[in-house]
Amino acid sequence: MLDTTLLALSDPTRRAIIARLAQGEASVNDLAAPFAISQPAISQHLKVLENAGLILRRIDGTRRPCRLAPQGLSALEVWLADLRQVMETNYRRLDDLLATLPQPQPLTKGN
Amino acid sequence: MTELTMDLIGDTEILFTRHFKGTPEQVYRAHTEPRLLQQWLLGPEGWSMPVCISDPRPGGHFRYEWVKGSQGFHITGEYNDVRPNSHMDHVERMFLPERTPDNHVITDFVADGTGTQMTMRMKVPDRATRDAMLATGMTTGMEASYARLDGQTVTETA
Repeated sequence: MLDTTLLALSDPTRRAIIARLAQGEASVNDLAAPFAISQPAISQHLKVLENAGLILRRIDGTRRPCRLAPQGLSALEVWLADLRQVMETNYRRLDDLLATLPQPQPLTKGN
Repeated sequence: MTELTMDLIGDTEILFTRHFKGTPEQVYRAHTEPRLLQQWLLGPEGWSMPVCISDPRPGGHFRYEWVKGSQGFHITGEYNDVRPNSHMDHVERMFLPERTPDNHVITDFVADGTGTQMTMRMKVPDRATRDAMLATGMTTGMEASYARLDGQTVTETA
């Protein structure tokens, strides 16, 4: 269960879909619009999110709009997003620091 | 893609990858020299690392202490194996102040033409430990998470 959720949220596109659905129900077209990827690819992402219990879909004629599952975003998601953000915050500081470090001199190493 | 990626491997491992615009030598220095570690390995806004002891060689120890006001915690660790500029294999645990189970961390830095690709594989003893880590991290990270909400732009699009 944890694995399914973590894997579902390991992909940046799927996290972006979750962020969009946090604003309310959306169609597949709505969800695909911000991304330079095909609608079938989006549908594949939605299937992963649905299997993980993170989103729900309903049938509306030919449309299958999506929304967040009320209990889907668990404490786990918060933890994962938090860890990732703490680490990314560190690494952005490291990016800045690296830009200030002198380039290593070419050395002839004996080992 | 320079942003951090995280992937689960089985029940007990997490694999992190990140790209840096710097040589493996520079990235390795930043991961092992106290004066440099103290500038970036700080976590959420407001924390500092007044104590940083680092002895990157097989059998060498490290200790990082963080403080924010009256709060604090620390990590200790031992290096199993170190190849300067390319590879670090160490064991670490946190003191919150209660001691957390040991994590085994294997880090590699590989030059890739435009900089350095880092892979970091973190292994906990068993699944129960990992799940406990999730629970602990959640409770300790929440406040920081909310505090950062408007401080940091999270880029989610590729």
